[in-house]
Amino acid sequence: MRLTGYLLMVSGWLLAVAALLLLEGTRQRIAFVLAALLVQLLGLGLVAYRYRSLQRGPE
Amino acid sequence: MNLAVCLLCILLVPFATAGLALIHQGLGRSRSAAHAMLATLCAVAATAIVFVLIGSAWAGYTSGLAHTFQFVGKKWDWLGAEPFFAADLRPSLLRSPYPALVLALQMFAVGLASLIPISAGSDRWRLAAICASSALFAGLIFPLFAHWVWGSGWLARLSPLFGLPAFADTGGAAVLQVVGGLTALSIAWILGPRQGKYADDTAAAIPGHNIVLVLFGCLLALIGWIGLESAASMLFYGLNSVQIIVIAINAMLCASGGCLAAVLITQLRYRKPDASLSANGWIAGLVAGSAGCGLTSPLATLFIGIVAGALITILVETLELKLFIDDPGGAISVHLGAGLWGLIAFGLFGPTTGSRAALLLTQFVGISTLLGVIFPLVHLGNLLLNRLVPFRVDADGDWQGMDIRELGAGAYPEFVIHADEFVPR
Repeated sequence: MRLTGYLLMVSGWLLAVAALLLLEGTRQRIAFVLAALLVQLLGLGLVAYRYRSLQRGPE
Repeated sequence: MNLAVCLLCILLVPFATAGLALIHQGLGRSRSAAHAMLATLCAVAATAIVFVLIGSAWAGYTSGLAHTFQFVGKKWDWLGAEPFFAADLRPSLLRSPYPALVLALQMFAVGLASLIPISAGSDRWRLAAICASSALFAGLIFPLFAHWVWGSGWLARLSPLFGLPAFADTGGAAVLQVVGGLTALSIAWILGPRQGKYADDTAAAIPGHNIVLVLFGCLLALIGWIGLESAASMLFYGLNSVQIIVIAINAMLCASGGCLAAVLITQLRYRKPDASLSANGWIAGLVAGSAGCGLTSPLATLFIGIVAGALITILVETLELKLFIDDPGGAISVHLGAGLWGLIAFGLFGPTTGSRAALLLTQFVGISTLLGVIFPLVHLGNLLLNRLVPFRVDADGDWQGMDIRELGAGAYPEFVIHADEFVPR
């Protein structure tokens, strides 16, 4: 799950760069970059969820 | 650029370092106070050495040498290519003081940013591991992103590459605060919570031991912040020395808005203002305002500070209670949360000659880069380092406190506050 989270974060960035390279209009670019950020937040959420279950310290 | 004013501003930056050190030390436990301050000194020392010898070559500076590659018909500037060991420093002084000023500012700034993760790892992060992680930060992570934003790297060149405004970070909200905050998140995850913090899905409150130092640190940080923002704005964005007045006014407005928002919210929620959250609100205001210091209007700056102060009161609680992230000094909320808000806020309120949407888009691209490149790199680097130099102190050290465990003596030997520190289990 952690690895998937990191892959999603990197993929989100690649999406954002691809949007800049492939699209011309500002609105289209913003839509794609926002979607990329959502993908990254999903990835961060997955990593956070994974660590959340590990965060119980020694009793 | 006025050389004397710029140099004076750079020399103020260590005040911010001292301020953050006092805040982090005061918000930690008394049994780890000396360790926290020594860790600060060691981190600042390690980052200065590693950055000057290695990192500065990769961070580079505007119009300096750089590694580039061609992709889809565009030239991507991704890493500085200056000589290692600052070998070109003295000869370049004869041509221009600019590279030396950039090096001096970044040397102090990287030390400041390296303190952010120390706060998140307070009371359980070993000294050797702190030094190793700080060296990684100063040698690779910081120079990479600093080059992209401050050294005419690809994020600073979005205009020729894609017809967008350059990613703006005049005071280091992204380069220092968000990168430091992401490192703090990585460290908090790797270390896990302090012993006794969580039991049966409930979080125990472990209050800071010296709130007076924390609040004094806030005032000290303000001076350093003004110096940092002024020097960075002059060196990387061409602001003149007269505009420092606006930077100083905006910094004060942002910090004030953040602090008073936190005071008001904690008063409403807990019936009494919370001093540590209010101090964090002050710093959150400074962090958020540093994205566009000197460029945003005073009213917009005040609004940015107020939102930052309100935001951290929610973030601190969410991280601690919902995500089980033990961050004793609230560094992740303050530096990462408020830093990201500051970057978005610059897109909303920053000055632009083109469309507002394009400026906002640029800021989003910068944030995406931080989350998609810098954070995985930071976390992977720290996970590997943790294998070589174990980060977390052993269970006995956790109970004993870092002062006794790692330094052999407490910070306050005359005041036995926690009897259990000195009684065998």
